[in-house]
Amino acid sequence: MTTRRRVGVLALQGDFREHLAALRACEVEGVPVRLAADLEPVDALILPGGESTTMARLMEPELKTAIRERTAAGMPVMGTCAGMILMARDVQDGRADQEPLKLMDMTVRRNAYGRQIDSFEAEVESAAIGGAGPAVFIRAPQVTERATDVRELASHAGQPVAVKQGNRLALAFHPELTPDRRWHQYFLSFDGESR
Amino acid sequence: MSPGLNDRRGTWRVKAGLAEMLKGGVIMDVVTAEQAKIAEDAGAVAVMALERVPADIRREGGVARMSDPGLITAIIDAVTIPVMAKCRIGHFVEAQILESLGVDYIDESEVLTPADEEHHINKHAFKIPFVCGCRDLGEALRRIAEGAAMIRTKGEAGTGNVVEAVRHMRAVTGAIRKLHGAGPEELVMEAKRIGAPSDLLEETARLGRLPVVNFAAGGIATPADGALMMQLGCDGIFVGSGIFKAENPSARAKAIVAATTYFDRPDILADASKSLGKAMRGLEIGAIPEEELLAGRGW
Repeated sequence: MTTRRRVGVLALQGDFREHLAALRACEVEGVPVRLAADLEPVDALILPGGESTTMARLMEPELKTAIRERTAAGMPVMGTCAGMILMARDVQDGRADQEPLKLMDMTVRRNAYGRQIDSFEAEVESAAIGGAGPAVFIRAPQVTERATDVRELASHAGQPVAVKQGNRLALAFHPELTPDRRWHQYFLSFDGESR
Repeated sequence: MSPGLNDRRGTWRVKAGLAEMLKGGVIMDVVTAEQAKIAEDAGAVAVMALERVPADIRREGGVARMSDPGLITAIIDAVTIPVMAKCRIGHFVEAQILESLGVDYIDESEVLTPADEEHHINKHAFKIPFVCGCRDLGEALRRIAEGAAMIRTKGEAGTGNVVEAVRHMRAVTGAIRKLHGAGPEELVMEAKRIGAPSDLLEETARLGRLPVVNFAAGGIATPADGALMMQLGCDGIFVGSGIFKAENPSARAKAIVAATTYFDRPDILADASKSLGKAMRGLEIGAIPEEELLAGRGW
């Protein structure tokens, strides 16, 4: 279903191993990305779950620049939970020094559902995956504002939880923590940049 | 905020899932809101809120208990990252109090004085997840059977000496390696020998690792210590006394965070280890009277 050969997974911190395993299950090669040079051979990028403040701190400026440039050139990017926060233009309830990658025209609120005691599992329905699928929300973020071309692909309890702008996809939950691979397969179907 | 009707809270996947998000990160002991902010600034993935770091508990002696809820709340309010707190082994009421405060993870910890010498807490009864210490595979699987959603090595807390953490991590990973190729009947006997539930041992053999995230703890004081534990196969690092008992806590905290991410890059580790000031002084394990060793608490 795809000609994409190598998908990078930001591997500074968080559940990058689960994304790499999900890519293997989709028969696609996953490549851990920690430094700017690691980004060169990849055709697409996943920003995993984890602590967004930690990841933002560990990301070297050259890598941030490379991700922004490649994304502007059309590289598909998917972010899950902390990854969604990193993709936002603005972050609410974050830290003053937490500069996101600004890959999508949206504002995201950190820990919008509350603390760990409020973390939950739910079924989330979307035409993108052809029906309902399991979703794990852990200290999850919420999209509070978005440009008109940031489309809602799925909602839960009246809130958008999956959004797409061009070939950038952001999920408030963790498909990588379930055995269901449809969100990864959907992401892998995006057209790549012309390089 | 606006929960759905069929949302399921406190499930195993949600409990173990938070630990997955902490992987590759450093969890730092803090005793004030100020320290919590320094830890967050340095890139900690979570903080452990407590009244005294293990080095001070060791020095002062006496009964060590759950921290003042007022202090824990002040730390929760000071940072945006997850906050953990410790309760005594077997003290399920301390755990109930911590859950009601909204802490994100409870550490049922041998660093505090045990409240029950026979039973650990039934951690399945709680909606928030627990992390527990271990010295070997059997102990790790007994804690998971009781509901621990995350494991850490015990090491020897408050010593600044990594030798016990290394011993415990090697014991766990070595025992898992030996399961490779064992038949079902051999796994049953091994489960009996190490005192582990056989279903969890079978799962461990199948996965080639523990069924939950496994961090290193107890004696980590330098970036190289953190990277050593990562190369030995742990998923992340707890640093207790090692940061705020050092000369320059902020620089050391940042360096240990970098070392945990770039654990297999000696060139980056060399850079991170430069000019950090003095590490905590450290204790030789042999010089500690046996009754003062913490790792023997819990079973």
